[in-house]
Amino acid sequence: MKDILLPVAHVFALVLMVFAATMFAPLILAVWGLDPALWSFVISAFATFLLGGVLWLATRRFKRELKTRDGLLLVALTWIALPAVAGFPFWHYLPIGFTRAYFEAASGLTTTGGTILSGLEYLPRSINLWRHLLSWLGGMGIIVLAVAVLPLLGVGGMQIYRAEMPGPMKDSKLTPRIGQTAKLLWAVYAGLTAACVVFLRFAGMNWFDAVCHGFSALSLGGFSTYDASVGHFDSLPIEWVLTVFQILAALNFATHYLAFSQRGVAAYFRDAEAKAVLSVLLISCIGITVFLFFKGTYPNIPTALRHSVFNVVSMATDSGLHTQDYSHWPIFATMWMMFLSCIVASSGSTGGGIKMIRTLVLAKQANRELNLLVHPNMVRPLKVGGSVIANRVVFAVLAFVFLYFMSVVALIFLQLASGLDFMTSLSSIIACINNGGPGLGLIGASNNYSALNEFQTWVCSGAMLLGRLEVFTILVLFTPTLWRK
Amino acid sequence: MKIVILGAGQVGRTAAYHLSREEANDVTVIDSNEEILRDLQDRLDIRTVNGNAASPRILEAAGIASSNVLVALTNSDEVNMLACQIAWSLYRTPKKIARVRSADFTERDNLFGENQVAVDVWISPEQLVTEYIARLIRYPGALQVLDFADGRVRLVGIRARLGGPLVGHTLSTLREHIPTADARVAALYRAGASVKPEGTTVVQDGDEVFFLAARKDIRVVMREMRREEAPARRVVIAGGGNIGFRLAKALEDKNQVKLIERDTKRARKISEILKSTTVLHGDAADEELLLEENIDNTDVFAALTNSEEANILSAMLAKRLGAHKVMALINKPSYSELIESGSIDVAISPQIITIGSLLTHVRRGDVVRVHSLRRGAAEALEVVVHGEADNSKVIGRRIEDISLPVGTTLGAVVRGDDVIIAHHDTTIQPDDHLILFLTDRRHIEAVEKLFQGSASFL
Repeated sequence: MKDILLPVAHVFALVLMVFAATMFAPLILAVWGLDPALWSFVISAFATFLLGGVLWLATRRFKRELKTRDGLLLVALTWIALPAVAGFPFWHYLPIGFTRAYFEAASGLTTTGGTILSGLEYLPRSINLWRHLLSWLGGMGIIVLAVAVLPLLGVGGMQIYRAEMPGPMKDSKLTPRIGQTAKLLWAVYAGLTAACVVFLRFAGMNWFDAVCHGFSALSLGGFSTYDASVGHFDSLPIEWVLTVFQILAALNFATHYLAFSQRGVAAYFRDAEAKAVLSVLLISCIGITVFLFFKGTYPNIPTALRHSVFNVVSMATDSGLHTQDYSHWPIFATMWMMFLSCIVASSGSTGGGIKMIRTLVLAKQANRELNLLVHPNMVRPLKVGGSVIANRVVFAVLAFVFLYFMSVVALIFLQLASGLDFMTSLSSIIACINNGGPGLGLIGASNNYSALNEFQTWVCSGAMLLGRLEVFTILVLFTPTLWRK
Repeated sequence: MKIVILGAGQVGRTAAYHLSREEANDVTVIDSNEEILRDLQDRLDIRTVNGNAASPRILEAAGIASSNVLVALTNSDEVNMLACQIAWSLYRTPKKIARVRSADFTERDNLFGENQVAVDVWISPEQLVTEYIARLIRYPGALQVLDFADGRVRLVGIRARLGGPLVGHTLSTLREHIPTADARVAALYRAGASVKPEGTTVVQDGDEVFFLAARKDIRVVMREMRREEAPARRVVIAGGGNIGFRLAKALEDKNQVKLIERDTKRARKISEILKSTTVLHGDAADEELLLEENIDNTDVFAALTNSEEANILSAMLAKRLGAHKVMALINKPSYSELIESGSIDVAISPQIITIGSLLTHVRRGDVVRVHSLRRGAAEALEVVVHGEADNSKVIGRRIEDISLPVGTTLGAVVRGDDVIIAHHDTTIQPDDHLILFLTDRRHIEAVEKLFQGSASFL
């Protein structure tokens, strides 16, 4: 086990040192604004860098090229360990324990966006920036970022990329070199974020809120700088800008890149997954608008439309920003939104859940089985968007969905066993594993996760990591073969 | 450089491996076998595309439009040629290299060219391997004989053995031993590790020495390293496939050649074409057959069948039965390492031989010949220097003033028809061909940069 873990720890040390550099963003803001959290960031950045440096030196003897399982381990280790480091400023500055600091950081990095903090508007700006920056870094992937900026990962890069990027078919790269692909994806991501920030500024936010919400929207994180989330602004232009950018973030970034490089929208029409995402969102928004209007939740269609579009899109794409406390909506609407959060986001996007492509594959597979009952001799490959999906991929999708649901069920039972009510248990796990954000019941949009006790908070943190790394990467840690020589 | 490789067979995979190891290359491999591609993608930092290599749609998906080099290595000559033609007609790919095996195509001088079939360079691994083996047989005792400057200069790898006059002496005494000839030791390997060849280095028994010399001087220099062996007369070839057949054809005029082929039909077919070769039908690992054919009196036994395991076994058997020198065709690098120190004298790796001619065309600067050595760890290359003294880092300078990267030796200079063995005071002139030896090919980019400074002036 030592021989397996230490070479990975050596690379992880580098990741830690790079991560320490990102702490300079809130640190500089704290210096600039003479912020009370300044010392927390100074200590954190210094300690993280030192920790990385010491670990790097201590494991130098074990340096070697990474193999497949090392890649898996590195990703898993990074995601499990980073929230502890990233949560340090919260733990140091705020009156919360380690459990909740870890939760807050994990919620940021995994782009869940559920918070345990209240009075967000009274927090120092540096703390808020750090929360949003974590979301943004985690959105496209810490390790993918490391692959882009550090040439150290070489051949092993592909395994790492695969372990971190969401979606079932990760063999197609934009460019031959994994490092370049990672750079391109990050460039698209950063470009869209910048655009979103500018639009938000013009829609009426100040620069600080615009940057924070831009980070939230593109990473589909869901953190806000206000307790009332986007509802605080009560501004239609802001809601529209965020809606559009959240939808963009829920599509495959490779498709964005193709569209950008071809200077046209044809790429979106060729992407079967994108079409499905947009159709489902469109139908759901209209349906819920009509439903809310007839149920009398909102007095007229325009109001119902405004609130349903923003909240449905935000919830379905696993962002978690909100303008209304939808836990008071009729249960059909909230459950439907929760269901959408499981399936809507695209592979290769920053959203969570099962991903639309897997849903499509499973739907087509179910359809194939039905057809086979009628025509037992039929030869019919499974196609999505005109291209054939290999059976191997179908099996992987089936295994994924099974593990995903078993994880959900098992974690819900854990929550129930700890004494939580049913609605809160269900919604906390669904929201966390999909990296959605707020749930229902005790943790609804108007409350937050501070209602949970320590054990329940840990379960939620675990669910977030499980969801962000698409179950396999975490569960593989529990397979004995990984640890065998 | 952006490179598209068609075909993930033995040679295609090796090419992808060697090319993608260099930071500057972006490699995409196309093949119709998805499983091989998946495996390849796991081990190399490359992009793979599954599909028909000669389909424009697939080529497009592999990014042919922006690629600099297309290397067609599928097992069909026709597909390779067509793919090159498509790449040229539709996408104007600057350099197209195709594997063309059949002599039927390669013999026609006017088939390939700008307005003909758009193949810039064709390589025939079988032919390269055949020539390689033929050279080895011509220079008994050599492990490797590689041509530079159209054969005017050769790089010879040889194992030093007691009995050679230079063994036990320093390299600087070479000149006193052979005043008429000149040679430069480019590299020296002792127990697998590279030793810097300096004037004070003492050659020991068992060292693997690489030296550069003009063609006429090679025998004299080889004689310094080990006792001269009688030229090979009797050759037995196991396997009448493409390589075995070509080799027999190349050798049969000057040597007494026997060829063992297992397949009756094939044996019959090649016997019809070959003139003086004795074609035998049978198993090369059959002890009786080998004894009957006087294996103990054989100078060279070359096992060249398709199965590397069979080659190893039959070569070992032949050695035990008394064949003087045995060679085996081996694809897996790990096997070569295993056996070359053992009972088989020479392991021949078709991929390493082929990869050199591929590397020639992806090197920056005016590189005319590349040979990959020691399973790809080392490299020997021939570079032409262009430009003037004031814009080049090499022209007009003495060799001792050129800052070569670590492990790089400048062995020889070819100026017009003259071969000048490099000494510290040799001055480089424009349009010289320089022959370099890199013990560590990771420094290749530094070498390229050194010579490109002048080449880009063109």
